[in-house]
Amino acid sequence: MAASAPRLAEKRVGQVVMPGDVLLLPAQPDADGERLRLAPVGPQKGRLVCGPGLRRGPEGLLVTKCGLLRYRGPAGQAGGGTGSGSGGTYWVDSQQKRYVPVKGDHVIGIVTAKAGDIFKLDVGGSEQASLSYLAFEGATKRNRPNVQVGDLIYGQFIVANKDMEPEMVCIDSSGRANGMGIIGQDGFLIKVSLGLIRKLLAPGCEIIQDLGQLYPFELVLGMNGRIWVKAKTIQQTLIVANILEACEHMTAEQRKQAVAKLSES
Amino acid sequence: MAKSLKTIHQFTGVMQFMQRGLDSETKKQLEEEEKKIISKEHWFLDLPELKEKETFIIEERSFLPCEDLLYGRMSFKGFNPEVEKLMIQMNSRYKTEEIEEEDNAMEADVSDEEMARRYETLVGTIGKKFLKKRERRALQNTDEAENGPHGPSKAKKMFLKPQD
Repeated sequence: MAASAPRLAEKRVGQVVMPGDVLLLPAQPDADGERLRLAPVGPQKGRLVCGPGLRRGPEGLLVTKCGLLRYRGPAGQAGGGTGSGSGGTYWVDSQQKRYVPVKGDHVIGIVTAKAGDIFKLDVGGSEQASLSYLAFEGATKRNRPNVQVGDLIYGQFIVANKDMEPEMVCIDSSGRANGMGIIGQDGFLIKVSLGLIRKLLAPGCEIIQDLGQLYPFELVLGMNGRIWVKAKTIQQTLIVANILEACEHMTAEQRKQAVAKLSES
Repeated sequence: MAKSLKTIHQFTGVMQFMQRGLDSETKKQLEEEEKKIISKEHWFLDLPELKEKETFIIEERSFLPCEDLLYGRMSFKGFNPEVEKLMIQMNSRYKTEEIEEEDNAMEADVSDEEMARRYETLVGTIGKKFLKKRERRALQNTDEAENGPHGPSKAKKMFLKPQD
């Protein structure tokens, strides 16, 4: 197989890529960069973003995960992958269960320890994340948040790299919680694959739309593959949790049938 | 004789307190010798010089900007009204059209009528601020004329007992 032979990135959009593959980029402007830089080109016009699963290589993009190569046009429109020589975003849509903390991700963590000024949170990564007691909305030195071991916390990473312990906060840059913080009592926590989480969080996800028509319930989706569900009764909570767990490998029709069966009963 | 003098001069020049007296030539010579010793002792990698190329690629580790993912908290059919409000707020960041619609639909805390009523009374008070003293007095006089000699100006100063 000539999988490792360098090929144009454009041509491979939507196809399976493997770690080690090299994706060439069309018409790199640094071929005669000196001249181009002097030319009045708009600043940072057409910057290419290589997303998760890709790395910058000497010749182009280096694939580090297996999955489907995805591309999105520079203006935000979901391009088919052809045209537009520079700019846009490439990434690999991969299927995995192990979460690797990424700065800015919203995740659900479980408090495992209270050590003085910081809480230790299990987020499913290789290392536990730390969370300062001051990183809650309205928290001061005197007014500590009431966090117990075992609580679920919805927060955001502000430090996440391969060399340091990940650090989370439950406030945004303006100091507001915006829905982050301790997730209320009751409810049910399930763990799904990271691919499913992204599928559920995608705008216009049919699974969520179908479920939303059933009965009142609440969801918290963490990018680390954890989903917290709460409905009015335990039975209803379990139904939602089961559908979410099962729908990953269901076709749209199968899912519609399952939801229809539930809405009857 | 002259030669031996020079060697003495060089020799003493090495001593700390004689450093000032060194002429520029010998100083240069000494520096060069020092450099030679240093360069001999130093090891270095025999590599071609690294060329910094400007890359047009940005690395991004998060899926969020790639896929335009929604906010992670959701509530349906009014289970948690707070979260539902938050959902609209957080998810409309990308869609400008929806924001406009929202603005129209958003409930105002203070209705237009109420605001007009509030400002009605304010017009007089703020207006007074910008009047001259003479004009202010004139205004007061007309007020008094309207309300009679023992008008509200006297009543204002009185302590009003609150009704239970």
